[in-house]
Amino acid sequence: MGVRLFSEPFDPWSVVRERERGLPMEKLGAASVFVGRMRDFNAAQEIRGMFLEHYPGMTERELERIVAEAESRWPSITCEVAHRVGSIDPADTLVLVAVWSAHRVAARDACAEILERLKHEAPFWKRERLSDGSERWVENNTPGT
Amino acid sequence: MTINVQYFARLREDLGRDGDQVAATEGIDTVADLWRHLHREAPPPRLMVAVNQSHARLDSAIADGDEVAFFPPVTGG
Repeated sequence: MGVRLFSEPFDPWSVVRERERGLPMEKLGAASVFVGRMRDFNAAQEIRGMFLEHYPGMTERELERIVAEAESRWPSITCEVAHRVGSIDPADTLVLVAVWSAHRVAARDACAEILERLKHEAPFWKRERLSDGSERWVENNTPGT
Repeated sequence: MTINVQYFARLREDLGRDGDQVAATEGIDTVADLWRHLHREAPPPRLMVAVNQSHARLDSAIADGDEVAFFPPVTGG
């Protein structure tokens, strides 16, 4: 299991490549990778930047719990989860969920499950900075569509 | 000994402080009791809570020395 928080911009593909160097890739026929980036629009308004607050200690514990529960539901998987915190610019990567498995179904389903649980359970809060300089807290995650 | 209360995100800004220290006294048995003791009103709708950095509920029991966090719905990912 790998769970990491980044307070500076990170390259999700480097994280994936770095993790794969330590994995038995000849046994892992499938990888499912989700990368979430910051948009420059939300709720019909232009967004200039964002601050992502978290709960040091609990955030890491929650991510580890979510991954551990996925690993117990799909015992064949290997996971890497990374999330940004702090001041964020549009196009920065916010979240990476990567799941490796022998076969595609476990990798794909576990990746989707970890992401949805992260969005509903892990303590992160977004405060957006709008083009007029004002700020607003995001009250809800967007639906999954 | 005390109960260490923390607030996050919009709730922290609305309340104007990071947290509170509460002396553990009789009558504060649950998370909801703690909120009413501190704020003299019922917990607001959609309030989330953690006890010792694990998700909890308003009817979860609390004890001396606990870390209790209140926060709005989470919006990560």
